[in-house]
Amino acid sequence: MNTARSEDKLGEVGDSTGAEVPNGSAAAAILSAAVGCFCVSAFGWLGDAVTAAGRFFNFYNPTGALSGVTTTAIGIWLVLWAILARAWGEKSLRMGRVGAVAYVLLVAGLLLSFPPFGDLLQGK
Amino acid sequence: MQTNYRELMTALHGMGFGGLLLIGFSGALVELYRMCAPARSSPLVEGAGKLTRVYLVGMAVLAWVTVLSGAYIIYPWYRAHPPAGMTDFSEFSRSHLLASPTTAGWHNLGMEWKEHVAWFAPIALTMVAYVFIKYGAKLSQHRQVRNLALVFTLVAFLAAIIAGTFGAMINKNAPVEGGGVIKLMGETK
Repeated sequence: MNTARSEDKLGEVGDSTGAEVPNGSAAAAILSAAVGCFCVSAFGWLGDAVTAAGRFFNFYNPTGALSGVTTTAIGIWLVLWAILARAWGEKSLRMGRVGAVAYVLLVAGLLLSFPPFGDLLQGK
Repeated sequence: MQTNYRELMTALHGMGFGGLLLIGFSGALVELYRMCAPARSSPLVEGAGKLTRVYLVGMAVLAWVTVLSGAYIIYPWYRAHPPAGMTDFSEFSRSHLLASPTTAGWHNLGMEWKEHVAWFAPIALTMVAYVFIKYGAKLSQHRQVRNLALVFTLVAFLAAIIAGTFGAMINKNAPVEGGGVIKLMGETK
């Protein structure tokens, strides 16, 4: 354990107490951010594909559906972050799994944000 | 020499906030890469950690200011519909682009992509700044967290590049113009 930790050290900047710090807070922040990014793209795609969804997301008329898409995604991101931080804050999780889910969400979000890919999914 | 209010605000959004953010990524990525490298090439000096945290918070704030000013100040001017019967679209950028098949792609691909993907940057950078503030020097215990922070910063950089590039090209093809005239320098003969 100590060997693994020493290999992972950044050098001079380390935890002076030597105590293990739970990674739960970071996991909560990372996963919720990935969900937030994915939601921006997913809601944007939904607003474009479904007329009723587009109307629903029109929170502020001058900005159109973009206002609701981003406001809703940011709301979900922040609420999820608060929930996960509360649940995981004092825990140490397998970051490999959290990271894998975060990567999948980021890639899916990037793909969905690309209009030709979104159009393809809509059969346009 | 004069400009107009909308042109000035667009320049502030794109070249001011957005440009500064893009420049900032170079410093953030170098620092994050240095921290993620298995064997750091140079030791951290006293106070460097605090500087990194302040730097990342500054970038997150810049990213939020950029997307919010874009979505709620510039974008409404860009997407405004011209009154029925109007044929001069010079103050209606979206309509101006869509009026020609040679420029429609700047809206259908460029704006449609940038208006969504740009939001990845503030979300990702807020997370990265939080992680660095929360863990500080204790990030030394979490290699995977550091690597994930670096990847999110790269994604934020990519999002900012897409948004910035298309923003500049869209504004080149159909500038957002209008509002009061702002005289920058006195008229000469």
